Formats: sequence, C-alpha cells, structure tokens
Amino acid sequence: MREVDLAVVGAGPAGLTAAIEGAKRGCRTVVLDMNPRPGGQLIKQIHRFFGSREHRAGTRGIEIADSLFHEAASAGVEVMVEAEVYAIHDSTLEVVAQTNEDSLVLLSEEATTSRSRPLSIAARRIILATGGAENALNFAGWTLPGVMGAGAAQTMINLWRVLPGKKILMVGAGNVGLIISYQLIQAGGEMVAVIEATSRIGGYGVHAAKISRAGVPILTSHTIISASGESRVERAVIAKVDASWRIVSGSEQELEVDTICIAVGLHPNARLASLAECELCYSPSLGGWVPIHNSRMETTISGIYIAGDLSGVEEASTALEEGRLAGICAAASLGKERAGDYDDIKAIEGRLLGLRSGPFCQHRQDAKQELIGIGEAQCPKQ
Amino acid sequence: MSQAIESPSYPSQQELRNAPGYPSQKRLEKGPVVVIECIEEIPCNPCEQACPQHAITIGEPITNCPHLDEDKCIGCELCVSQCPGLAIFLIDLTHSQGSASVAFPHEYLPLPGKGQTVRAVNRAGEPICSATVVRVQNPKTNGQTPVVTVAVPRKYATEVRGILRPGR
Ligand SMILES: Cc1cc2nc3c(=O)[nH]c(=O)nc-3n(C[C@H](O)[C@H](O)[C@H](O)COP(=O)(O)OP(=O)(O)OC[C@H]3O[C@@H](n4cnc5c(N)ncnc54)[C@H](O)[C@@H]3O)c2cc1C
Ligand code: SF4
Ligand code: SF4
Repeated sequence: MREVDLAVVGAGPAGLTAAIEGAKRGCRTVVLDMNPRPGGQLIKQIHRFFGSREHRAGTRGIEIADSLFHEAASAGVEVMVEAEVYAIHDSTLEVVAQTNEDSLVLLSEEATTSRSRPLSIAARRIILATGGAENALNFAGWTLPGVMGAGAAQTMINLWRVLPGKKILMVGAGNVGLIISYQLIQAGGEMVAVIEATSRIGGYGVHAAKISRAGVPILTSHTIISASGESRVERAVIAKVDASWRIVSGSEQELEVDTICIAVGLHPNARLASLAECELCYSPSLGGWVPIHNSRMETTISGIYIAGDLSGVEEASTALEEGRLAGICAAASLGKERAGDYDDIKAIEGRLLGLRSGPFCQHRQDAKQELIGIGEAQCPKQ
Repeated sequence: MSQAIESPSYPSQQELRNAPGYPSQKRLEKGPVVVIECIEEIPCNPCEQACPQHAITIGEPITNCPHLDEDKCIGCELCVSQCPGLAIFLIDLTHSQGSASVAFPHEYLPLPGKGQTVRAVNRAGEPICSATVVRVQNPKTNGQTPVVTVAVPRKYATEVRGILRPGR
C-alpha cells in the first residue's frame, strides 16, 4: 500500500494551499481530485475575482487555479486527478483512479487514460477539502430535462463549451445566480429573467447592474411554480410572493424558456467527512450541516482536518487562507514545524477576520466563532 | 417581459451622486474623468491598485467604498478594465461640440468596430440613443476585458452605460 504523510482530498483552492504548506514543511503530500483538472470551482470561474489584492482579486479564477497548481507541483506535491476517494477508514483512503501509471503524479492537463482501478493510500494525516454542493429546489416539473443547477450550466459553458439552452430562466439572485447569468449571456444564451423569492437581490449590486444593463430583468419577490414541456422544459410559470412567502394569486405568468437554472445556495459537501465519522453540526450561515472543527481546523476525528467550503460555504479567498491554516497545523502535529509558524497562523487568522467583516460577511464570522467554540470543546486536544 | 422591475437592479442617479466615487459636475465639465458606480460595502479593492495616479482609495477595512480624488484622475482609462464589478466608466463631456464620450468594459463577442453606429443602452439595458464607436481598446494588460468608447449626445452621458449586443 502506498504511504504518505499527508493526503488531501480536493484540489480546489483550499486543498491546494493545504498541500503546499504541508509539502513545504517536508510532508510527503498527495492531493486527490475526481475532476480531470486541478483547481476545484476555480477552473470554471472565467470572471475576475472579488476580494483583496492579497487574494489575487482582479484575477480570473481559472488563472488562480493554474498558478496554485504550479506552486503545488514545484513544492513537491503529487497531484492526482480523476481520482475519486470513496471511503476513509483507519487513516486509509480508498480511491478509484483513472490511471495506468504506478506513479500518482499527473502533471499534464490532459485527462489521461482509460482504465479505472482501485487503490489504497495510507496517510498519517488527512485534510478534507471537498468543497460545496448545490442545493436543490423542488417544484412541479423539476425533474424535466432542462432543469439544472446553475453550477452545472457553468460547467457546460466554461469547461465543455456547450450552451445548455437558448432561453434561460435563473432562479436565485445571489452572487452565483448573477455571475452565472452573466456568463450564460457571454456564451450566447438569452437570459429571459432572474427571479428571487426574497424582496431584495442577495448578491453584490455591481453584479446585478452588469446583467441589468445587458437587458435582463431581475424580479425580486418572485418564485417558480412549475416547469412543463413534452420531453424537456418548454415553459415555466412564475408568480409573486408576499412578505410571508405566500403566492399572490393572479400574479402567475408564463415564460417561454428551455432551460431553468437553480442557484439557491450551496451546502458543505460533507459526505466523505460523514463517512469518516466526523461529527457535524447545523449552521444556516455556513450553508447547513458542517463538520465540527477547532481553531486548528481539526475535526472530531483525530488526524482528520478540513478547510474551504466544506468547513462552511464562503469564498475562494477564505478557502485559500483556511487551506494554509489546515496544512500548517497538520504538518505541526507530525512534528514538522517551521520557525515562524506561530506568526503565520496569527497572520492568517487576522486576514480571515478581515474577510469576514462588513455587511455581507459578518454573519459568517459569528457562525465560525460558534463552530470553533463547539470544536474546542469536542475535538481532540493536541 | 412586461413586468416592471420590483426593486431596481442598479443604483439611482441620486445614490450614485452621493457615493464617494462620483466626480462633481464641475470636474466632469473639465474633461475625461471616471465615474465609479460601486456603492455597497463589499470586500473588494483592485481599483485602488489599478490607478497609477493614486486617485482611488479604499484603505482599511477592505469593505470601504472606493473614494475618487477627482483632481488626481487624468482620465487614462487604466482602471476601467481592472474592476471585477465592471463598475468603472470613463466620461468625457468635452469629447466634441455637443457630444460626450463614454467608455465602458465590454466582455462580449463579437467586438464592435471603430466608426460603427450602434444603439447605446442605459443601466436598465434599454436602448436610448444611437452612438458612434470611437475606440475599442483590448491590449494584453486589459486581461481580456475590452474597453469600448462611444460618442453620444451630451445629455445622455450620465445614462449610457453600454451598447446593444448584436442580435438583440
Ligand atoms: C459562480 C461562482 C462564482 C464565484 N466567485 C467567487 C469570487 O468572485 N471570489 C471568491 O473568492 N470566490 C468565488 N466563488 C467561491 C469559490 O469558488 C469557492 O468558495 C471555492 O472554490 C471553495 O474552495 P474549496 O477548495 O473549498 O472547494 P472547491 O473549489 O469546490 O473544490 C473541491 C474539490 O473537491 C473535489 N472532490 C469532492 N469530493 C471528492 C472526492 N470524494 N474525491 C475526490 N475529489 C473530490 C471536487 O472535485 C473539487 O475539485 C464563486 C463560486 C461560484 C460557484
Ligand atoms: S482613469 Fe486613470 S487616473 Fe483616473 S482613476 Fe482611472 S486609472 Fe486613475
Ligand atoms: S474594483 Fe470595482 S467592484 Fe471592486 S471595489 Fe473597486 S470599483 Fe468596486
């Protein structure tokens, strides 16, 4: 069986920075990701990122993914793509990998080979950075072809260059709904409308303004009632909702659309963490059920750490910082400390605090504080 | 769609003018200057670094709204392509007798050509006047955000924020 010091699941911003910090401290480190390309969410983010200059704001997500991958490779991290981790037991990861090679290294961007084969990796420390997963929304006709997660539509246009439909309805006006609407217009789709059940646009005003001047109506206090069509979506019925979320009768209108994208939030993708028996707790501000962790990002299972959207749905900027934190702490627990680690940790905590401030983000700081409080009581002491 | 927009998806003139990124009428009359239409406290600051004249300040915390020092802005347009919110516009009320120019980021293909006549749209995406393309800038440093400048009748300079894409 293959043995490593540190196995990281997920090659998004959190997983890659965690691996970089681990490898820099002398840990033999492997990162496993089921996608054909490292970068997680970043590989489909063709827009310039928000955030601070320190977190490469103003740079397109896809470029951040490439530079993180190169940084990881040069730090000596082995990045393995098309490798899905399906179980974790007794610090062993069970992986199905699409490779013929004995080596785990995959530096080419091309998805390589044909054959999947199972393999086991024994790791002294594990960092889970499996990201978030999209929430579903149930309504009449929601299983018709043409109804999809906004993230799925984004993967189709930006990774596979396929436009899912011509006339599109977006459900949800948070940042994800607004940004993906913009990218669907760029890809040549017609956004018929963006609807939002609450009375205000949840995402940033600048993103809303962008699609507004492209001629897309954003209807707040509106919900979807049904989708219908012969063998795929041909129309949607939407209606107004009042302050107590009741449908205003008579306000129904039919829209001719062939695609309905759902952007009603993400939740931590905690399936692997649950399999590993990490305890979860429910936090609406962090997106739902989230593994409990302490200030070192360690879960209730000794030796298993988490970072990024898995530890609360936030942003790439916070994922980059949390990944670093988890990588430093996991390495330290193996005795692989570096002079300056303490200062690095304090600096990361300071930047995280800055990122979790302001009217849009303060609630996440409060929720994180609470989660870490539970973690300090329940997670193993170092 | 006939339905009126319930809550506006863009800021009003009043909100914009009250924000620290909006130049005074006096400064606008003098010649090219940016209008920063970013009025919420969001964690973002690339505009601050983009300006070589240090005309834009955010400072700490990062959620501050961008503040424009209108006398420092020389209208070089460098910041327009660097804002992830596509919220910075360059206005020149002195473009020519009777016409003003408006420069805006335009991330749609195909790009319009210089000299082409296009329909200019307002913040709601409604066509409000015809416009002539003065310039299309897309050097490498723009990082694939082309900036299009159009000439419009002067009275529309505060309204025009884009152009109709072909096929619409
Ligand atoms: C439309 C959109 C726009 C965004 N814009 C911004 C922005 O402007 N600024 C910003 O800061 N953030 C933005 N974000 C958020 C940002 O992309 C995420 O917060 C960030 O990518 C989270 O990083 P992560 O590493 O935790 O997870 P992810 O990037 O989601 O990576 C998780 C990885 O884990 C892998 N994985 C999961 N389970 C397994 C398994 N069992 N085995 C193997 N691999 C597995 C997945 O394949 C994936 O590659 C945006 C998000 C979206 C959807
Ligand atoms: S136009 Fe030039 S001088 Fe004016 S704010 Fe932008 S970058 Fe600075
Ligand atoms: S870069 Fe753009 S969106 Fe970001 S703060 Fe500056 S003006 Fe606002």
